[in-house]
Amino acid sequence: MSSVTYDHVVKRYTADVTVVKDLNVDIKDKEFMVLVGPSGCGKSTALRMLAGLETITEGQIRIGDRVVNNVAAKDRDIAMVFQSYALYPHMSVFDNMAFPLQMAHMKKDEIDRRVKNASKILGLDPFLKRKPRALSGGQRQRVALGRAIVRSPKVFLLDEPLSNLDAKLRGQTRIELQKLHRELETTFIYVTHDQVEAMTMGDRIAIMNAGILQQVGTPGDVYDHPANLFVAGFIGTPTMNFVPVTTTDSTAKASGFEARLPQSVPAGKRTLGFRPEALTDKPSADGSTLNMKVDVVERLGSDQYLYGQVGSDQVTARVDPRMKVAPGDTAQLGLDTRSIHLFDAETEAAFF
Amino acid sequence: MTVAAAAQPSAVAARFSPGWISQLLQRYILHIVVIGLTVGWTLPTIGLLVSSFRPFALTKTSGWWTVLTPLQFTFQNYTDVLAQSNLGQAFFNSFMVSIPATVIPVTIGAFAAYAFAWMKFPARNWIFLALVGLLAVPLQLTFIPVLSFYVNQLHWTTSNLEATGIPGLPWVPLWLAHAGYGLPFSIYLLANFFRALPSDLFESAEIDGAGTLTVFFRIILPLSVPAIASLVIFQFLWVWNDLLVALIYVGGAPEVAPLTVNLADLTTSLGQGSNLLTSAAFFSMVVPLIVFLSLQRYFVRGILAGSVKG
Amino acid sequence: MDFSVLLQDIPTLLVVILGVPAILAAYIVGGEFLVRRLPDKNRPQVRPWIWVGPALILVTGYLLLPALGTIQQSFQNNEGVWVGFNNYASQFADFPTGGAWIAIRNNVIFWLIFYTLFTLAFGLVLAVLFDRVRYESAVKSLIFMPMAISSVALGIIWIFMYSYAPPGETQIGTLNAIVTFFHHDPVVWLQDQWPSENFNLLNNLALIGAAIWGITGFAMVILSAALKGIPGELLEAARVDGAGEFTVFQRVIFPLMMPTIVVVGTTLVIFALKAFDVVYVMTSGNYNTDVLAFRMYHQLYTAGNNGHASAVAVILLIAVVPVLIFNLRQFRAVEARR
Repeated sequence: MSSVTYDHVVKRYTADVTVVKDLNVDIKDKEFMVLVGPSGCGKSTALRMLAGLETITEGQIRIGDRVVNNVAAKDRDIAMVFQSYALYPHMSVFDNMAFPLQMAHMKKDEIDRRVKNASKILGLDPFLKRKPRALSGGQRQRVALGRAIVRSPKVFLLDEPLSNLDAKLRGQTRIELQKLHRELETTFIYVTHDQVEAMTMGDRIAIMNAGILQQVGTPGDVYDHPANLFVAGFIGTPTMNFVPVTTTDSTAKASGFEARLPQSVPAGKRTLGFRPEALTDKPSADGSTLNMKVDVVERLGSDQYLYGQVGSDQVTARVDPRMKVAPGDTAQLGLDTRSIHLFDAETEAAFF
Repeated sequence: MTVAAAAQPSAVAARFSPGWISQLLQRYILHIVVIGLTVGWTLPTIGLLVSSFRPFALTKTSGWWTVLTPLQFTFQNYTDVLAQSNLGQAFFNSFMVSIPATVIPVTIGAFAAYAFAWMKFPARNWIFLALVGLLAVPLQLTFIPVLSFYVNQLHWTTSNLEATGIPGLPWVPLWLAHAGYGLPFSIYLLANFFRALPSDLFESAEIDGAGTLTVFFRIILPLSVPAIASLVIFQFLWVWNDLLVALIYVGGAPEVAPLTVNLADLTTSLGQGSNLLTSAAFFSMVVPLIVFLSLQRYFVRGILAGSVKG
Repeated sequence: MDFSVLLQDIPTLLVVILGVPAILAAYIVGGEFLVRRLPDKNRPQVRPWIWVGPALILVTGYLLLPALGTIQQSFQNNEGVWVGFNNYASQFADFPTGGAWIAIRNNVIFWLIFYTLFTLAFGLVLAVLFDRVRYESAVKSLIFMPMAISSVALGIIWIFMYSYAPPGETQIGTLNAIVTFFHHDPVVWLQDQWPSENFNLLNNLALIGAAIWGITGFAMVILSAALKGIPGELLEAARVDGAGEFTVFQRVIFPLMMPTIVVVGTTLVIFALKAFDVVYVMTSGNYNTDVLAFRMYHQLYTAGNNGHASAVAVILLIAVVPVLIFNLRQFRAVEARR
């Protein structure tokens, strides 16, 4: 069993510097779990604690049923792919991949077999004798993966492996990684700051901010039902629109419009959230209409984005590319109130 | 002699202001100045080199620049100096001094440098700082106590050590002294270099199950060859060219004196009125010049003290 | 030359070359085995000391303790009797020409100022000029070459450069040949007390000049590296903004190199205070060219006065330490910027 459990895990450096606060996540066996969040949110630290590169201040980390808090990194049966690949520059590709197996005192033919196998999966056969500096970025990354694969670990840890690749390669490698995950049938724990990578690759996503876990769920869950303002604003491009409103019963009153809420909430100051695609150029069924003074129009061929003001709030809308709008116009947009979210103005937790 | 290396044309071009006339003018003046300075700079050395090949009688009556009119050339000075002084022996002695005095501090320093770079221990930074501080201590400050310890406590005088009959023993006090004196720089240079190696290389090795010894011998050392080469060359040249430390710890006896001491003796005992001085001087310069010219790259790296990346 | 005698030494050499690393490696490996017997927690506590042990012992033994010993000895006379500050007093007696005053004057005024400034200036100018020619490596090698030779050889080269023959006779020294070419009397470079005996700048400068010749390559190499560290775009931007070459140097290059210039400068100051070899070889401290390091050597070996020698060494140390502290601070600031 190679599930991973973070049980009330805390990482504290000094009294006022706590990088990971009470992290609780259950990662299932064979799952592809993505830890995502802005820089400094603690995701890398959480990963490194699992790897054994950082000590755990409080709490437990378990791999399967085994508590690994005090187990040395090399005995945890994990493999890690570093952001910079960390290939040994003076060793050939073959030797780089063979190194961990040599450390485990494996027999030479077993090492040979495993390295050739991994090399085949990753298409590294023509490069086995080369040194890292003679490889491209994408090839180096595959060697780093190969070095992890040969160990047949219980868990793969990947720390922002795509950030050093150019955009096109990133897209290709994303697909290859997902295929690899399916083929190897092992738990993958993947850290990134890029929410697009998180959404496309993860079976589930764990979103962190400032050391605190915000939400864990499938990409769909997290997108459609964000647990709080941070998650709602972090996931999805362009970002969700946030408009301060005052609620009474089932109505939310913004500076430039009124929206009907799908359920009744206590009165008070709230934040209304709706994604750009929740706006259309057709009037809304329940009369929630926004009059937007359009500042900028972006036409991307398949989409059209309008940036402008509704009342005193900045709003982004994604509309049909055939809609004719120009900067300076006032556009009437209907709001689909089935896909709106309401957040408490203070706690930022979502009502719905 | 290293041939003019590649300076990217774009970088050179980027350093000139626009306007082709001023550019052309600058280029001419620039080259004249540069070459002029360089020639002037090498003049002293050339003067001596030429003098060493001139018949002695002529060097006393005319300047070396007259060497071509008429052509004056002789090997006499060199054959004389090899026959009369102990130069050959001193040449050998210099190797006997320089090689161990390089090997010892470099090896001890490498192990210590690794600890300073990648191990945590109390007062590490302070000790390292103290080590760097010791770099500037005038060696004169240490001679008297060490010498007195050698002579009074250990009875390690050159004559005593020679009397044991063990070949090479008279140089041991000097080797150890050079090791002690050379360690601060060795540790400083190597520690800086080791520290600059990417840390995730070590983390990866840790996860791969490599222990301290494996990391040192299989990862750090192979990657540190340029730095270690620089250090070896730097230390070797420093010891080879050293006069004072050899003078203090080994003295001028011909069986043990290295080239520098031998040469200094010639200067004081024979003075300028001798045909041996010029050739002896050049004789002493042969090895360092060869080492320097063929391995200059590493020597310069040594000067830039481990802060050079790649 | 008796070759058989020489050959006897070769085995010892090999023993040292191979033996020392082998023994050391065995020590480290053995130490590691012992460390592995310890509980996990204690290993990283014990291990570092095994690795730094030999180095610390040697450095303590050859640098730290002797330095302290010398300081102690500076307060004693040759019989080991405590004499307080007497040794120091005799160094500072008879101002301005007695005691160590000439040496102090030479080190602190002549060497410190001229050696440092001229080396910096030459190093900087050469670095900047050479940067602009394609054969940069070759000329740099030539400038740098004097660093490869011993100070004795350097001294001999310059003794010949400064060679003097009485007026009217043929000059065989290069400098005097140039001087007489311009119809001036030849100069006894290494001895003349010009402009006055109390302030004999000329012959000190002659010595300093030889030393500068030897060390400029060092300064040039470091300054050149700093120069190349300036992004080319900054210079291009300045030129686009209309700055001429000299202004670019003055307002962009020079300020950006300042931290390195300070590090090199303070290192040179330390060298200037410690100057020994050139003085020893060329004038033996005579003709008012004494320097502290030479005076210390003289007190120790010629005068046989340990107490006095130690006092001079301590004075040298005191002169060097403030510069060293400053130098280290600057160096860390430069490193931090990387």
